[in-house]
Amino acid sequence: MTSESFLGTSGSHPAPQQAGPGAVPTAEDPFLVVDHLSVRFPTHDGLVQAVSDLSYTVRRGQTLGIVGESGSGKSVSSMAVLSLHNPKSTRLEGSITVGGQEVVGADDATMRKLRGKEVAMIFQDPLTALHPFYTVGQQITEAYRIHADVSKSTAKKRAIEMLDRVGIPQARSRVDDYPHQFSGGMRQRAMIAMSLVNDPKLLIADEPTTALDVTVQAQILDLLQDLQREFNSAIIIITHDLGVIAEMADDVLVMYAGRAVETGPTKLLLTAPEMPYTWGLLSSVPDVAADTDARLIPIPGNPPSLLNPPSGCPFNPRCVYKPKVPGELCVTTLPELLPAKVGRDHRRRCHLPDPHETYRLEVLPEIAPELAGQELAGQELAGQEKVGP
Amino acid sequence: MIGFIVRRLMSSALVVVLTSMFVFALFFLGPSDPARPLCDLNGRCTPERLAVLTEAMGFDEPVTEQYAIWAKGLVSDRTVDMGAKYDCDAPCLGISYGSREEVSTELKDKYPATISLAIGGAILYLVIGVTLGTLAAKVRGTLADRGLVTVSLVISSIPYYVVALLAWIYLSLEWGIFPDTSYHALTDGIGPWAYGLLLPWLVLGLTNSTSYARFSRGQMVETLGEDYIRTATAKGLKNNRVIFKHGLRAAIVPVITIFGLDFAYLLVGTVFTEQIFDIDGIGRWGIRALRAPVDFPVVAATVLVGAIIIVIANLLVDILYSVIDPRVRLT
Repeated sequence: MTSESFLGTSGSHPAPQQAGPGAVPTAEDPFLVVDHLSVRFPTHDGLVQAVSDLSYTVRRGQTLGIVGESGSGKSVSSMAVLSLHNPKSTRLEGSITVGGQEVVGADDATMRKLRGKEVAMIFQDPLTALHPFYTVGQQITEAYRIHADVSKSTAKKRAIEMLDRVGIPQARSRVDDYPHQFSGGMRQRAMIAMSLVNDPKLLIADEPTTALDVTVQAQILDLLQDLQREFNSAIIIITHDLGVIAEMADDVLVMYAGRAVETGPTKLLLTAPEMPYTWGLLSSVPDVAADTDARLIPIPGNPPSLLNPPSGCPFNPRCVYKPKVPGELCVTTLPELLPAKVGRDHRRRCHLPDPHETYRLEVLPEIAPELAGQELAGQELAGQEKVGP
Repeated sequence: MIGFIVRRLMSSALVVVLTSMFVFALFFLGPSDPARPLCDLNGRCTPERLAVLTEAMGFDEPVTEQYAIWAKGLVSDRTVDMGAKYDCDAPCLGISYGSREEVSTELKDKYPATISLAIGGAILYLVIGVTLGTLAAKVRGTLADRGLVTVSLVISSIPYYVVALLAWIYLSLEWGIFPDTSYHALTDGIGPWAYGLLLPWLVLGLTNSTSYARFSRGQMVETLGEDYIRTATAKGLKNNRVIFKHGLRAAIVPVITIFGLDFAYLLVGTVFTEQIFDIDGIGRWGIRALRAPVDFPVVAATVLVGAIIIVIANLLVDILYSVIDPRVRLT
């Protein structure tokens, strides 16, 4: 995304439910700028192209959701923000700046100042991501004392305060517990407490609720939103769960085979998607309110190999709409990330002549018959937008 | 925890008792005449002397009764009649057929040498092995790492007694770098004690450190792939701290388990090391007792002590395990 689209993003979603300072449209520069990022891993079988030419930005107070299947490059690209890959076996190209600091090619000392301080991570499974032999308190205290020159007792007070803040009951005594003595939800809260201990400006949550049961998921997501409002941090939430995206994200980036295939404000992207892969994601989500006989439509085939990615559009081997594209375009040419019909900073890669119409007339009746025929919410939104600045 | 220790001590006692019974059964129920070794030791063994000794030692009594006498001696004084009468103070492990000394006294004389040898060697191989293994894991895949693994495999594949013998021949005899390799009691001063044991320690420590290096390296490589290591890096910790604080803490647990048992086997007798470096410990004592004519009281004593050390080491390893891994509950 260019700075042009960033400005568009801030104007396009006033986010009425978010009263925090992040929702106030300011001319603040994006905190994280990922620009033409490529991540490659040389292996015995050849070069794995994990991320190709990926660009996006995140502002303070904003939440970006990154969606995709496993192997789509969503985790790899965000690990690159903190250069958590083994430098010997990873080739990074392009640029990542965190608060103006270039990360690609930065030395270890520079990275250590960013890690945990400017950018913190929350990992998928807190049971394996927390050290089994140190108490929760020791681990939070350690994270704090790396970046703050304070005594052990001050740091412990801070740890108790953070545990209390994330909703751990009896934080004063639980601080001396080991991770295995916590329940799954509490462990993830402890992980969040540890990530937030240094007031990071960007929080990267890699599938933060995947390992938790559904009721706990909602609590954790609420907690993240509360904390974001309080600290005005930027959040990147990586998930394959569109429900999480709908609840949390201001903007969405859909990744496929290491590339951005569709990107835009959440509401637009969920209501007027213009890329067959996004349609596939939407149609494979069960709707609790819908008729129980309604069929889930899985995406046929498997994610492509990143060793030998398909030529042309990476999704073409699995795309059922390929015959609608004239000629062999899907197989020969990678579609550009072009502006979609609906919404200004909504972009997608697709060769279909009018993907918006295809979605409205062919896809929607399949996946949500009760909505078919109605005007798409996205269009209303887009209509409002045109009145805007 | 207390309940666990009590239960384990009781089952350990059972193991020790069964082991000593087993040795008795082997000696007395085996195809050879139990009086024969004692008879062979002093001049020509005539049928008359054999009969006298059998009568005096009570070898014609049932084996259960003989075991009872032996076991009772562990707690009370007794007199052993081996043709001549010998007083044997509790804890009485019998009288050595060869030296005619009380076995318990000899044990006390010879044990310090074995303990000194075992402790020094074990500390060396644990420290060297774990350090090398950790460093190799840190630079895994590099030339240094591969070199270490190769050298370690080569050394491990040479029989230990060959290494020890070569070390003694060249370092001690030929080049005289360690001219005096023998055991001096710690009461003679720490200098002579350490000096005499230096070469055995080094040989024991360095050769065994190779397998510890490979084992620690493997554990460490596995640990460094864990999610919590990535978390530690993501906190902003320095690489060395990630490896030595977060990595080693977890990787050391299985190493310690193996070490506890290895160390126990060393305490039971460092046979080759004692033999080659002329150290009068219980390994050499036990081996000598096994050579025909068999010195049964000494054999029974070494087996008893060995069994006790092994079961205690197992118990200690389990307790230590629960101390270093908070997830382990002893119940």
